[in-house]
Formats: sequence, C-alpha cells, structure tokens
Amino acid sequence: MLPMLGFLVTSLGNASLANAHLVTTGMGPVYDGIGHFLLTPEDLVPVLALALYAGLRGTASGRTAMLLLPLAWFVGGIAGMMTGIESSPWITGISFLVIGSLVAADLYLPSLAVAILIFIVGSVHGYLNGALLKDGPGNLGLLGIMAVIFVAGTLTSATVVSIRMPWARVAVRVAGSWVCASGLLMLGWLAK
Amino acid sequence: MNDTKGSPLAIPIWALCALSCIVTYFPSAAFAHVEPGQGTGFFTGLQHPWSGLDHVLAMIAVGLWGAQLGNPAIWVLPVIFPMVMSMGAMMGLLGIPLPGIEIGIAVSAVILGIMVVGEVRPKMIIAAIIVGFFAIFHGHAHGTELPAGQSGLLYSMGFVIATGCLHGIGISLGLIHRWPAGRLALRGAGAFIALMGVTFLWRQLV
Repeated sequence: MLPMLGFLVTSLGNASLANAHLVTTGMGPVYDGIGHFLLTPEDLVPVLALALYAGLRGTASGRTAMLLLPLAWFVGGIAGMMTGIESSPWITGISFLVIGSLVAADLYLPSLAVAILIFIVGSVHGYLNGALLKDGPGNLGLLGIMAVIFVAGTLTSATVVSIRMPWARVAVRVAGSWVCASGLLMLGWLAK
Repeated sequence: MNDTKGSPLAIPIWALCALSCIVTYFPSAAFAHVEPGQGTGFFTGLQHPWSGLDHVLAMIAVGLWGAQLGNPAIWVLPVIFPMVMSMGAMMGLLGIPLPGIEIGIAVSAVILGIMVVGEVRPKMIIAAIIVGFFAIFHGHAHGTELPAGQSGLLYSMGFVIATGCLHGIGISLGLIHRWPAGRLALRGAGAFIALMGVTFLWRQLV
C-alpha cells in the first residue's frame, strides 16, 4: 500500500505537459496522412471500390489487393514527391467510372489483370497524393496513408469475400453503379 | 428473409430497408474542417432529386415496379436508372439538346405509374429500356444545376446517393406486394403516381 502511494505521489509530482487538444502540435504527419486519405473522397472511394471488386473476384484477388494496393500507392507517392505534378480531376472521374463499372457489372477478369489494375490505380493515385504531400506530411504522411489503405482495403475485401447471401452481392454491385454514375456526372462537369 | 417470429425485437426487412434509406438521406452534419463548398456540394446534390415531385414520384415508381417484377429487376432497374441518368446529365452538360424534357419527365411518371397499376411484366430488356429511356430526361434536367463554388464530385455523389435512396424507398415499400392487401395498396400507389403524372403533363401542355 505505502509503495503504491509513494509511486502515485511521485508520478503526479513529476507530471509533464499533457499537450491536450493538440492545437499547436497536431497529431503528427502519420495521422495527417491518415486524415487526408479519409477526408478525400477522390482517393477513398476508388480504394473502397477497388477493394469491393477484388472481393467480388475472390480470395486470391482480395489478398493481392490487400498487399499490392498500399505498396503501389507508396511507390507512386514517392515518385510523386520527386516530380510534384498537380492532381487532375479527370483521373478521379475516370477511376470512378472504370472501377465502378467493373463492380456494377461484376465483370470477370483474370487474377493477373486484376493485379495489374490494382497496381495502376494505386500507383496513379499515390503519385498524385505524393505531389500533394510533398510540402506537408511527406514520407510519414504517405506511410499513414499506406496503413489506412491496408486496413480499409483488407476489411472491405474480406467482407465481400465472406458474403454468402445473394442479395448482399447485389448490394455491392449497386454500390458500384453509384460510383460509376458519380464518375460519369463528374466527367460531364469537367467536359462542360 | 422476413422472419419476424420468435423475437419481440425482430424488425421486418422491408422496414429496415426503408429506415436505412431515410436515415441515410437525413444525416447529421459534422462539417469538420471541410474546405469551403465541399460539404454544401454534397448536401446540395443530396437534396436536388427531391426538388421536384415529378422526379421523386418517378424514382419511387422505379423501385415499386422493380419490387413487383422481383429478381433480377428489383435491383437491375435501380442500377440502370442512376447510370443512364448520369449519361443524360452528361448530355446536358455537353450542350446536347433534348426536346421536351419536362414533358418527358411528366410522361415518365404516367408510364411508370401505369406499369405499377397494371402489374405489367414485360421482358427484362423491355423494362430496362423503358426505365433507361426516361432516366435520360431526368438526368438532362438535373445535371446542369450545380451551384457555383461547390464541389462537382461531392455534388455528383450526393445526387446519385439520393437517387439510389429514393429507389430504395420504392423497393422497400414495394416489398408489401407479398400480401394481397399490399398488392392492392401498391396498385393504388401506382394509380396515384400516374394521376400525378397526368397533372404534371397537363401543366406542361396548357
């Protein structure tokens, strides 16, 4: 009892600053990257749609997406940080359209084609991300994005792979059609 | 799918579907650190399909008809409508003219209402063509109306989600067709939609 009390008194007497509310310190670059990804539908929606598609294609594609997508994103991100080309809304619209169509149609593609698609989408979006993060969170932000893509992609693919009820698979395809329709609308706005 | 026996807390699936559509449509607004125009773009898009009763009734009618037709129409029709609607919106944005848009929208309510009243069961491809044809008019009317300073992507997403939720409401309500009284109620709803369509058409022509 006494040692416990002594420990408590010592700990409280030597309390360091809590830096609560993080107004001045922020959450750090890793969490900035995570927050950036989660608050950017241009990146979040294609990743989730791609994970849905990988899940529809089965366990092998789901596993491929789980590892390849964050890796491709990181590789693209590093390249983007070096060259720093601005993001293009056309790429977002095309991503939405293509990936949404694949999900809506539940189109069969061989595993290799799925892997290539995942790599292309991941590296292109990662490249555009890298250009944005260059002057901000930097590499650590990219690591944060990789981590959240890994988690979100894995959970999404795994959920779809584990689907047993036919109507649930239909719901996934309906979600894909919404993504495709959003992409079409967006491309129309850009073309205006 | 609709087993409510044995548990006092069991909720029928159609009620869950309708509730989730309604809850999705009325989210609480966080607006946390969004760039100017982003959040409002999404909510503008979300609210836009509700801007006209003719649009609302036609989209609900698609859901009702899909539920009457059963699988696969119950999900194929509500998938076709938003996608073709987006093509119609693209046409509008690209300046491709479409004559008689408002008349087409009014006629869509009439025709889709008649389909529900008559429990018309065409082949899947015919039903898809009918729904797709009218979706072009709806998309052409809506697609050009993004307010300045708002995000086109978020507007598009809100717009499509709201359209899907309207279809979902129609499908959820349409699930009552499994009961004789429900079938009658659905046909009554179809008659109401068709009559409202005639009203809209009358206003356009007079």
